[in-house]
Amino acid sequence: MTQPIEKKFRAVIVDDEELARQVLREFLTMHPEIEIAAECANGFEAVKSVTELKPDLVFLDVQMPKLDGFEVLELIGTNAAVVFVTAHDNYAIRAFEVHAVDYLLKPFGCDRFEAALTRAKERLGGAASMSQPATGRSAPSPSDLAAAARPPAQYLDRIPVRDGTRVFIIPIAKLDYAEAQDDYIALCSDGKKHLKQQTISSLESALDPSRFLRVHRSYIVNLERVARIEPYGKDSHVAVLHNGTQLPVSRAGYARLREFLDR
Amino acid sequence: MHPILGNLRRLIPYLLAWLPLSGMLVYLLAVPGGLTWMEAFALGIPLCLLYGFMCLSAWYSCRWTPLDRAGALQLTLTHLLGAIVVSGFWILAAKALAHEFSGFSAFNGVEPHLSKNLPLLFGTGILLYLLAVAFFYVLLAVQQSQEAKEREMKAGVLARDAELRALKAQVNPHFLFNSLNSISALTSSDPAKAREMCVLLGDFLRRTLGLGEKAAIPLEEELSLIRSFLAVEKVRFGARIQMEENIDKDALDVFVPPLLLQPLVENAVVHGISNLVEGGSIKLEIHSHNGTLSIAVENSFDPDSPPRRRGGVGLANVRQRLATRHGSLASFDVKTEGDRYRVTIKMPADRREHSS
Repeated sequence: MTQPIEKKFRAVIVDDEELARQVLREFLTMHPEIEIAAECANGFEAVKSVTELKPDLVFLDVQMPKLDGFEVLELIGTNAAVVFVTAHDNYAIRAFEVHAVDYLLKPFGCDRFEAALTRAKERLGGAASMSQPATGRSAPSPSDLAAAARPPAQYLDRIPVRDGTRVFIIPIAKLDYAEAQDDYIALCSDGKKHLKQQTISSLESALDPSRFLRVHRSYIVNLERVARIEPYGKDSHVAVLHNGTQLPVSRAGYARLREFLDR
Repeated sequence: MHPILGNLRRLIPYLLAWLPLSGMLVYLLAVPGGLTWMEAFALGIPLCLLYGFMCLSAWYSCRWTPLDRAGALQLTLTHLLGAIVVSGFWILAAKALAHEFSGFSAFNGVEPHLSKNLPLLFGTGILLYLLAVAFFYVLLAVQQSQEAKEREMKAGVLARDAELRALKAQVNPHFLFNSLNSISALTSSDPAKAREMCVLLGDFLRRTLGLGEKAAIPLEEELSLIRSFLAVEKVRFGARIQMEENIDKDALDVFVPPLLLQPLVENAVVHGISNLVEGGSIKLEIHSHNGTLSIAVENSFDPDSPPRRRGGVGLANVRQRLATRHGSLASFDVKTEGDRYRVTIKMPADRREHSS
């Protein structure tokens, strides 16, 4: 062994089927430069492992208990190179829209796996040199990418949020309102606030417009929660929710509200 | 929608058919009635065409008193009353027309001539109206038989559609891809198990292929298909799938449409068990009682999973096949209770001596 030691990569395998993980594990044994840092059988475990271990490479199944692959990716960020591994070919476009490195269709052979691994290494090598110089504009957050990749005419039915390594799922019916806070949005549900790195516009586009309305530059409200609209000051308004919370309503937001109520 | 009034291509032949009748009316007015031929023509033809229009109303009363449901008394009263009213209005129209004509010198005797003939005209009106009633009953019967034929055809097409879709969906490609992936894993770690799974998968595929041509199979056959499906899924999911069966022995020879239950079990796996970290159980209950076959497939599911991941096309297909085969005699219910999802089917138990 006179070759220079290659940089070691750490990988996490996420699949709910033991045999599916076994295939990946077996193909990876031929690559001593890749160390399997963890194997996860569901979405929650995956988020926890990836946040704690910060692997370079994630092999991610799509259909899993708790969170699907896209929701996992939304929560873990895009620092790792992600290879989707699934039997469904209909997620491919979505996968590349969230910047997945590759998309392996089960069952796959060794050659196809090697090709995916090569692409992943290229991405990792390139990313290391690219991330150094400060680019003027920050990259879109994974949640923004996920929102953009959502199939049209299909709105969110739940929002996963992460607090450290813990994952909360907010069913859309329980979301009272969302508030923009710098690069984050605060999602208010059951009197609790959950922070998520996402722009309010991308959240707005992922929500069903017949149930949620952007009433202000910084606020989206669940229309079912609005108890009444009250005038506030000279020509602005506030929306009073059933739990007493008051949200500012901009002039444009008031026009949208009126249009909705008149319908 | 009136079948004649609403369609010009029917209205014109209908009115043409009244022309010979108007000839008759002219004759009646001239010969027994004693009007001059000119008066008879001038009154008879417009009056008859007008009456053709008025008799169109008989269609509504025919619709309201269908021959097969209305009693004899109701029929007689309705149409007699209709005839009296319509014919009465006709008489008034005739008098008004005669009054208009009386302004011309050639027609100055028409009013007294007509008033002598009013009973004759009235009687003719009643007879003609009743003729129209008979005509509309015939028309209604023709219409009904056409509609029945159309309905039958539509139902046939729907049934075939549902069957075709069931056959197309008989093997979910993702089930196949995932199973092949499991085999791929086993080839190196446990070749014997890999071979066993190939056999299981082959067994399942062969069964589903053979079932496509049959209209109905004994329940026992469907159950063995389900068992081979679950055997394959058990290799994939391991201990995550638990199966419970509670099946009446005497239900086994009841005939059911092929692949009626397999989609329910597949649904339980795909939308229930596969979303659970620890897995869960699928409970299959089948009872045959008083000529009714009741089938229940119950499975655990994750109540936090979004609702659209719970049901599938498979369920809608089963529901439709049941409806086209048995109509209101079959029922299909879905119930969720806590973390249990339960589909219940009730249908007439079809017992035969031997399979077709």
